[in-house]
Amino acid sequence: MHLLVFKICCSSVFPSLKIHPLSLFFLNSEQQTIPTLISNMNLLANILKQPIRKSVLIHHRSCRLTLFAKLPESLQLPAVNDTLFCFSLSTTAHTLLSQHAPLFDLQEQDAHNVNVQSIDFPGGRVTFTPQIKFISESTDKRVPCYRVLDDDGYPFAGSRSEQVDKETALKMYKSMVTLQIMDHIFYEAQRQGRISFYMTSMGEEAINIATAAALSPDDIILPQYREPGILLWRGFTIEEFANQLFGTKNDAGKGRQMPVHYGSKKHNFVTVSSPIATQLPQAAGIAYSLKMDNKEACAVAFTGDGGTSEGDFHAGLNFAAVMEAPVLFICRNNGWAISTPISDQFRSDGVVVKGQAYGIRSIRIDGNDTLAVYSAIRAAREMVIREQKPILVEALTYRVGHHSTSDDSTKYRPLNEIEYWKTARNPLGRYRKWVQRNGWWTDEEETELRGSIRKQVMNAIQVADKTEKPSLKELFTDVYDRLPLNLHEQEKSLRETIKRHEQDFPADVPL
Amino acid sequence: MLGVLRRKVACKANASALEQGIRVAASRAFSSSGKEMTVREALNSALDEEMSADPKVFIMGEEVGEYQGAYKISKGLLEKYGPERVLDTPITEAGFAGIGVGAAYYGLRPVIEFMTFNFSMQAIDHIINSAAKSNYMSAGQISVPIVFRGPNGAAAGVGAQHSQCYAAWYGSCPGLKVLAPYSSEDARGLLKAAIRDPDPVVFLENELLYGESFPVSAEALDSSFCLPIGKAKIEREGKDVTITAFSKMVGYALQAAEILAKDGISAEVINLRSIRPLDRSTINASVRKTNRLVTLEEGFPQHGVGAEICASVLEDSFEYLDAAVERIAGADVPMPYAANLERMAVPQVDDIVRAAKRACYRSSSLAASA
Repeated sequence: MHLLVFKICCSSVFPSLKIHPLSLFFLNSEQQTIPTLISNMNLLANILKQPIRKSVLIHHRSCRLTLFAKLPESLQLPAVNDTLFCFSLSTTAHTLLSQHAPLFDLQEQDAHNVNVQSIDFPGGRVTFTPQIKFISESTDKRVPCYRVLDDDGYPFAGSRSEQVDKETALKMYKSMVTLQIMDHIFYEAQRQGRISFYMTSMGEEAINIATAAALSPDDIILPQYREPGILLWRGFTIEEFANQLFGTKNDAGKGRQMPVHYGSKKHNFVTVSSPIATQLPQAAGIAYSLKMDNKEACAVAFTGDGGTSEGDFHAGLNFAAVMEAPVLFICRNNGWAISTPISDQFRSDGVVVKGQAYGIRSIRIDGNDTLAVYSAIRAAREMVIREQKPILVEALTYRVGHHSTSDDSTKYRPLNEIEYWKTARNPLGRYRKWVQRNGWWTDEEETELRGSIRKQVMNAIQVADKTEKPSLKELFTDVYDRLPLNLHEQEKSLRETIKRHEQDFPADVPL
Repeated sequence: MLGVLRRKVACKANASALEQGIRVAASRAFSSSGKEMTVREALNSALDEEMSADPKVFIMGEEVGEYQGAYKISKGLLEKYGPERVLDTPITEAGFAGIGVGAAYYGLRPVIEFMTFNFSMQAIDHIINSAAKSNYMSAGQISVPIVFRGPNGAAAGVGAQHSQCYAAWYGSCPGLKVLAPYSSEDARGLLKAAIRDPDPVVFLENELLYGESFPVSAEALDSSFCLPIGKAKIEREGKDVTITAFSKMVGYALQAAEILAKDGISAEVINLRSIRPLDRSTINASVRKTNRLVTLEEGFPQHGVGAEICASVLEDSFEYLDAAVERIAGADVPMPYAANLERMAVPQVDDIVRAAKRACYRSSSLAASA
């Protein structure tokens, strides 16, 4: 190799590099092949410990490929702005495109063009084409869905998934059963008029529990409203759920929120907020804070298929990508947003394809497959934290229950469709088969568990129903950090009025 | 002649040496430092000091970093604190307001800048439904120590979508604190208080005041200086009529007070400083002293700040009123652009003088002259 040192003004030779007068160590590489060039360059870059940059100039049929690296400080020439070190060779567009296209980020279709040119714009260099070619609005093939167990609970041959030990597998199954029973009984309690409102997570137990199991308790959850299973996994008791639903004095939320709007700081579960998708940019904010704190944890934000239509979905994902915030966005695509089917919600191939539009890595998974959810979320979380960037997971599932107790979904979807997903495609049934086949669970244990959970939930309802409501004082606290003067006066005035008209004051509000 | 000169000064948007002279004469005695500071410098120094004192404080908004701030309020801060604490954002008010709220949930102390509060409309859900209500709805588990700041109200010739005053909108929402500084001392003290406050604060600045200079006391220049939230300031004592105002209108009220003094009417000018909580006790104490009230604001009249002050005074000091309350507000129309129409759509010093005189029975009422 001959070393030639000369000062040249490179802006015309390397227009995209914007270099000022510099020195080049220019190695005679014209006779080398592209693979040799790359390996030589890698060798030298390793020695010098500098990153390689590449420049590909394509003019008509010829190409100049240049790989260069900056010399480390100690080897820089004095009185010179920058000393570079480069290999360069000329090749043909054909060679480069047909054999090495992936290496140099060139489009496949450009291989068919003899006249391939590229040009600079804000945002980077693009090759351009003389053909008018629109990117199709849909692909023949939809993005495939990651799945581990078939409908009968048998793992597919060649399926890749995380090993789950017996303890975790059983905890997951038992939690799913608890969630299912809890939902069923609380729903009935609302129908009987004992609570004002309820929302079930039926059909989505796998997403709830397997996600919770795959995350760490330090990860901060920003739920939509169909993720109580995460709280359950993290140790929120059935009694605590009941207290929130009944708004009793034992409710950590002091009876401030309508039912199912759980929140628990100690479980890292941000209180459910009704407006849809507002939690998405907020998750980016929390993630950014975790990043600033150098915490080994991420923010995990949930939304449904409907939530992806909100402006905040765009804001949240775009921002998280730009800020490189460690957020895991999980979309529960359950097919329905109250009565709006997904065909009326968006025209894209679901939600997974939207990730790429924001520069976010994404994956589609079978949300009814407990093991798939567990493995995928483990992998995604690990990437989010290691690379400190957002990931989007679309979990396909079906909303078996009505949207809420204020909804009757039989009005807008066929009964047999609901039945099908409730039975044949039920996530519990499928997972149970796998667990039992491993010898970890029996029918007797099933009956026993179901019986005991039922009793526990029924009991929790009885107790919560009879428990006192929060005291009058809690009407006024927490509006601000400290009770402001006007509220202090209002409370005083209210208490005086109560004293004067005791008979008019409701008996079930403790003073 | 001085009156004519003052009249001319009143029509200009910017302060002149004459106006400053009037203000110094009219103000209470500051411990003399001889130092003057523009509102812009006051805000910048407040941000700088709070960011220096607490590493959790960070600034986010459009153009706050590289551009040094759309109105140069955050000048020099990117250079001093780096891109992790001074964040330039894409154009998504909903996005960065939401991110700020999320960061505040976690425990950071964001200062979110809206280029004007008109654009806060695109993020108002995050401000009201999340920031204001979260502490209450989570029963104290999630506090939101966030500050939303930016220019509010009319500027000059920017039309309807850039000129609305949002004091009444945010002032009606429990859970928020709403501040409206006037002078540089207000700006410094209130912004520092806002950043240190554990509750969400909406900080309404005024674009036309940014360039105005005010004297600042040595105490105000200290980095621990802080003004209490919820206390109004008596800018000028008087005994005949109370004029309440906030932000730019305080300056107009002071000018009107000078003119009224010539006619033998001694006006007491109250700089509200805090829209929520409203300093009802100072306002009522003043009305009980003067027995007459003129409320002044730039925003729309219906459901405005003046309406609330009226109601408060009627409830607490009814027997003390010797005249009906006069409400001065902007015209009940979207702000027109043409300079002559714009001038007619915002209160001018003449309007204040006339209203004060009506309250003092020195001229016939509005209804009679209609």
